[in-house]
Amino acid sequence: MTCCTMEAESVLALSTTSSSAGEVRLASQPLGEGLRQLDLNVPDVHCGGCISTIERALLALSFVKTARVNLTARRVSCVYQEEIETGATDPSKILTAINAAGYRAHLFTPSAPENDKTRNQLLLAIGVSGFAAANIMLLSVSVWSGADAATRDMFHWISAMIAAPALVYAGRFFFKSAWNALRHGRTNMDVPISLAVTLSYAVSLWETVHHGEHAWFDASVSLLFFLLIGRTLDHVMREKARAAINGLARLAPRGALLINPDGSRHYIAIEEIAAGDEISIAAGERVPVDGIIVSGESDLDLSIVTGESSPVAVASNSEVSSGAMNLTGSLVLRATRIAKNSLLSEIIGLMEAAEGGRARYRRIADRAATLYSPVVHLLALVSFLAWGILGGDWKQAMLVAVAVLIITCPCALGLAVPVVQVVAAGELFRKGIMVKDGSALERLAEADTVAFDKTGTLTMGSSRLVRVDAMDESATAIACGLAAHSRHPLSQALVRDTETAPMSFDKVTEIPCGGLEARNGADVYRLGNAAFACGTSVVPRTADGPFSEVVLSKNGVDLARFFFDDTLRPGACEAIDRLDAAGLETLIVSGDRQTVVDNTAHALGIDWALGSLTPKQKVEECQRLNGEGRRVLMVGDGINDAPALAAAHVSMAPATASDIGRQAADLVFFNDRLDAVPEAIAVARRSASLIRQNFALAIGYNALAVPIAIAGLATPLIAAVSMSTSSIIVVTNALRLNALSRRQDMHIRGGIGRSAETKTA
Amino acid sequence: MNMLIYLVPIALLMGGIGLLAFLWSLKSGQYDDLQGAAWRILADDETDQRKL
Repeated sequence: MTCCTMEAESVLALSTTSSSAGEVRLASQPLGEGLRQLDLNVPDVHCGGCISTIERALLALSFVKTARVNLTARRVSCVYQEEIETGATDPSKILTAINAAGYRAHLFTPSAPENDKTRNQLLLAIGVSGFAAANIMLLSVSVWSGADAATRDMFHWISAMIAAPALVYAGRFFFKSAWNALRHGRTNMDVPISLAVTLSYAVSLWETVHHGEHAWFDASVSLLFFLLIGRTLDHVMREKARAAINGLARLAPRGALLINPDGSRHYIAIEEIAAGDEISIAAGERVPVDGIIVSGESDLDLSIVTGESSPVAVASNSEVSSGAMNLTGSLVLRATRIAKNSLLSEIIGLMEAAEGGRARYRRIADRAATLYSPVVHLLALVSFLAWGILGGDWKQAMLVAVAVLIITCPCALGLAVPVVQVVAAGELFRKGIMVKDGSALERLAEADTVAFDKTGTLTMGSSRLVRVDAMDESATAIACGLAAHSRHPLSQALVRDTETAPMSFDKVTEIPCGGLEARNGADVYRLGNAAFACGTSVVPRTADGPFSEVVLSKNGVDLARFFFDDTLRPGACEAIDRLDAAGLETLIVSGDRQTVVDNTAHALGIDWALGSLTPKQKVEECQRLNGEGRRVLMVGDGINDAPALAAAHVSMAPATASDIGRQAADLVFFNDRLDAVPEAIAVARRSASLIRQNFALAIGYNALAVPIAIAGLATPLIAAVSMSTSSIIVVTNALRLNALSRRQDMHIRGGIGRSAETKTA
Repeated sequence: MNMLIYLVPIALLMGGIGLLAFLWSLKSGQYDDLQGAAWRILADDETDQRKL
């Protein structure tokens, strides 16, 4: 299947993040009898072809017993044997096998399975109430079609017996919540629901005992049935995306190689690292905890921590913070803080403080409930009193009041929001965007300003060669030959972006904090920063320019200079154009140097760029914009963006973001293209307008039905029919989102085609 | 009308069987991966075979 191919490049780049056997074993759970279960996250699976490719690749390993892909959660769970005849097995081969099949795989620790407990209880309740509703409806239809008195009574009694346990079992979600609200002196949507259900049951029972003609058992049970569907959709939508986001790759390492006092090394979990422990960090690994370097020199990539895109040199006694990627040399680090107190946790604290603003946001359904429930109660009470006082028949008054409560039942309202949101979330999921909960869509529809982080969001965080100042062509070949030996991002970019055949060297040494060195006869070639290549006296030409610079020298004389820029994320230009067209303002908030940020802003046509911001300043910027009455959508990926992601009105992160960034974001997009941002806003806005339509439909229905109920004309048949009709209309309207988006897609595609044409012209 | 004495219990019993079937399917985890299930029906059976 062509849809499943991945670029070879990105697979190769992953080799730096591969895990050791020890780490994999640590992440898998023992099942007993020498079996262990390993759960992996594979964010790229998206079709049946992917499922069978991965399962086949895993079952081909001799020690793997079962492998099963869960497409919904994008996970693989794999049971393997710890030992086979030939000795202990190497579970990291499982990851290698998945990588070889062309997919990224990440370890994750499965959270407690209780997530699904509520969903299962809700589904059970739907099953029970559905069963009860169907059977009672069957009996009711016989009654309506004119059963004689004895049969009618018998049917009513059977209905009452079916309804009672179903109401207690399936209604408990509403009763609990209503009781909770009442106890705290509030009302919510569940209060009129509970009241309608219990009152209608009580009145129907009373009617049945007194051989009355009408009973409302069917209405009260089917009311619960519809409401439970809405509630379950709401729950599933929140839980599913949250579980998947939480389970995604954890970039923060889960352990480290501890160096014992006697010099031996063993792998321990990150929680077991104590302050004062010495740990070894190889090139290509992430720093697990804050610490001081004891020995070794290297360059650290801090992009995920500070947003700074060029690597920073470190040596003995330098302080390093957790989350940084060790690029060139191996280091021995003395931990100064345990994992719980590291920089990561500080950021989490900052995030929690920032999230207060968002917690005040009230979901549309809740806002509707505060208006709706007093009106419903008042209507029921007024019609009860009016019928009682004017008509003098208090029994009839009670029946009318119950009819009002049932007919105004918020089941269309209860479905109005979740159905639209589930359809919209499904639509976005197909486009590679995951929504954490429904209120995120509501907030996204309100956004009017988009703040982008630079490194990793607008740019891919990988460098691109933009300019070469060289004496002759051969210099590039020499530089390529040297760079091929390094894992440094600039070296990799140099090899990737030049077409010259690289010159080969026998021995290339990588000198931490400097660059690469090779000897060819008596000549010494050096590739790296200006100071390293040409001696300390030379000042780099781009000390504060927008580009990173690499110098190639021969015996201390510079031969060539290479300038690098960050690669823009694909679709970034189109995304900004579309956001402009949709009337949103854009700005950049970045921790990187101002000159670099300005350069990116200029390339994309964003007029407002703020550089060198600390995580705290990013939060303050978001709060300032909020204070101006703007609704900010923050798009970012790094650990340093996490607090701002939490502080903004709504936030998005790419799937390549740090774990903590993804946790903080409301939406996560899987594809590399930045188009996901305007796409998500478009879907959110459409769903917001559908929700408004649904509210209008539900209210319109009430405006028609309530007078009938107040007039005392609502027979059980009319009540049941009108209730179901309103629900079905609301659901059908929600499904229009798919049709709408298909039309819009065509429209947008035409639009992009045009803008591309004008650009080339 | 005597028919009802048989028909009503039969109707309830049939509904009850449906309910039990639903409870069973829920317990055995058939709703865990709805998207995957939609694709698996198209796949060849080989991948489902477990090694012994």
